[in-house]
Amino acid sequence: MTRNVRRLKSDHKNMTELTRLTIAEAREKLQSKDITSAELTSAYLAAIEAANPFINAYVAVTADLAREQAKRSDDRLAKGEGGALEGIPLGIKDLFGTEGVHTQACSHILDGFKPRYESTVTSNLWADGAVMLGKLNMDEFAMGSSNETSYYGPVTNPWRGRDNNKALVPGGSSGGSASAVAAHLCAGATATDTGGSIRQPAAFTGTVGIKPTYGRCSRWGIVAFASSLDQAGPITRSVRDSAIMLKSMASSDPKDTTSVDMPVPDYEAAIGGSIRGMRIGIPKEYRLDGMPQEIDTLWQKGIEWMKDAGAEIVRISLPHTHYALPAYYIVAPAEASSNLARYDGVRYGLRKPGNDIVDMYEKTRAAGFGPEVKRRVLIGTYVLSAGYYDAYYLRAQKVRTLIKRDFETVFNDGVDAILTPATPSAAFGIADQDMAADPVKMYLNDIFTVTVNMAGLPGIAVPAGLDDSGLPLGLQLIGKPFDEETLFRTANVIEQAAGQFTADKWW
Amino acid sequence: MSVDLATVKRVAHLARIAVSDDEAAKMEGELNTILGFVEQLNEVDVEGVEAMTSVMPMPMKKREDVVNDGGKADDIVANAPESDENFFLVPKVVE
Repeated sequence: MTRNVRRLKSDHKNMTELTRLTIAEAREKLQSKDITSAELTSAYLAAIEAANPFINAYVAVTADLAREQAKRSDDRLAKGEGGALEGIPLGIKDLFGTEGVHTQACSHILDGFKPRYESTVTSNLWADGAVMLGKLNMDEFAMGSSNETSYYGPVTNPWRGRDNNKALVPGGSSGGSASAVAAHLCAGATATDTGGSIRQPAAFTGTVGIKPTYGRCSRWGIVAFASSLDQAGPITRSVRDSAIMLKSMASSDPKDTTSVDMPVPDYEAAIGGSIRGMRIGIPKEYRLDGMPQEIDTLWQKGIEWMKDAGAEIVRISLPHTHYALPAYYIVAPAEASSNLARYDGVRYGLRKPGNDIVDMYEKTRAAGFGPEVKRRVLIGTYVLSAGYYDAYYLRAQKVRTLIKRDFETVFNDGVDAILTPATPSAAFGIADQDMAADPVKMYLNDIFTVTVNMAGLPGIAVPAGLDDSGLPLGLQLIGKPFDEETLFRTANVIEQAAGQFTADKWW
Repeated sequence: MSVDLATVKRVAHLARIAVSDDEAAKMEGELNTILGFVEQLNEVDVEGVEAMTSVMPMPMKKREDVVNDGGKADDIVANAPESDENFFLVPKVVE
C-alpha cells in the first residue's frame, strides 16, 4: 500500500518534471535518450486530462494520433535520425486545417468539419517530427481579445491574482494556445495574429509569442479572417523555443501568393548575440492617458535593460499610431465579411433548412455565427456597400499607408527595433461587464499590437514582470520587415533580465 | 455617419444573416458605437496618399497556366451537409 502511494507520487513528480521542460530542454533529453517522446507525450496527455475541465484550452484531443507520432519519433531518434522538432508534443490552434481532425475555428458554423488537407504550417511541423496533442480553443474565427467568443466556451487563464480566486481570461484570440503553453499542457503551440492575437494572450499568460513579418509563414490551409493581416506564429515558454518553432513553421509556399521567396534563417543562432550599439526606438505615442502606472514602470525597466546591454535608446515618433485601431476596424471586418461569405450551408459545416436557398443561407448563418462575428460581418458589409466604399474602406487603406510610412521613416533613420508595452493592462476577469457592454472597450486591448499588423511588421511579446496582484505583464519589440532575428536577440535580453514566469498550479 | 434600423436590416440581408427585430435593434446600437469610433479617421489628411494594396512590396507570383491539381471530387463533397453523386444539394433555385 505504502509502496503504491509512493510510486504514484513519484509518477506524478516525473510527469510534472517532463511537462515543465522547454522545447530546447526536451530536444536535448530526447536526443541524449534520457527520455522518450512516448513518455513526454503521455505526460502531456495526462496533464491535459487533469487540467482541461478547469482550463478548457483544448477543444479536441488527438491522443491516439499523438501516441502513434511519438512512437515513430522514438524509432527515428533511436536511429540517430529526426527533424528539428522530433518527438516534441505541440498544441494546434483550431484555425489550422488538420487533415481528418476537428477544424472549426471554434465556430458553430463549421460543425463537424474535418478537412481533407493539411495546412502548410502544420505540414512543416510534422515534417520536422513534431507530435500533435490536439486542437486548441480560440475566439470564434479569431475575432476577439478574451477567448470568450468561442462556441466551445471561454478559456481560463492559469494565472490568478494573489489575493483572490477570480477566473481571468487568457486574452485572445489565441487564448487556448497561450493557456495551454502557460499551464504546461503542451511544449509549444501554434497561434495566429491579425491584430494582436498572438502577442496579447502571450502577455496575459507570461509566455512568449511572435507574429512574424507578413508573408513569412504560409497562410495556406489556415481558416481566413482578414487575409491582408493574418499571420501564423508560435506561443512558447521561452524566446529560444519561439525561435525553434518559427524556423519550422516558416517557409516559401507556392500555394500562398503572399508567401515570400526568401530562405528561412536559423533564428536560434541569433539568440545570445550582443545588442551593443543597437538603436532601440521608444515611441512617444504609446504612452497613453490613463495607462496604469505599472505598465509605464515596466516599460521604463525594459528601457534600462536595453541600456544595460549596451543598446542606445532613441526617442521616436509614430504620429499615426492613434489611427491604427479605427482603420483596423474597417479593414479587418471588410475582409472578414468577404472571407466568411463561403459559410453558406452548402459545402461544409452547419446547415439549417429554409423555404428557398436564400432563406437557407440566412437561417444557417444566423444560427452558425456568434454575436461578435455577426457584428463584424455586418460592419464589413456596410463599409463595402455601394456609396460607402470610398468614405470608409479606401480612406482606411490610405491611413494604413501612412502608418506603414511612420515605421519606414524611423527604420530609415537607423532604428533597429522598437520597444513598447504589449498590452494596456494585465488579464481581466471572465465576463467583464464593461467589456461586454461596449465592443470598443474590448477592441482597445489591441491598441499597442494592431499597428504592427497594419504595417506587416514582425512583433514579439516577451514576459517582463508581474503587476501588484501578481499577474504577468509583457513588453513588445517591433522589428524591420523579415528581421525576426533582431527581435529574438533583443527579446532574449529582456528574458535574461526579467526571468521566466510560471503560474502556481491550482487546477 | 450612423445606421438606422432599416439600414441594419438591409445590411443583414446583404450579408445573408437572418435577424429578428430585437436583434436588429440591439445591433443598431452596437454598430453605431463602432462607426462612431472609426469616425476619427476623418481627422487624417489623406490628400495624395496612395491606398495600400499590398503590405509587403512583392511582385505577384505567377505559375504556368496548366492543370496541376484535381480529381478530388470525393474529397470536395466529403464535408457537405447534403450531397448526391458528387453534387452539392441545395433547395430548388429555378422553377
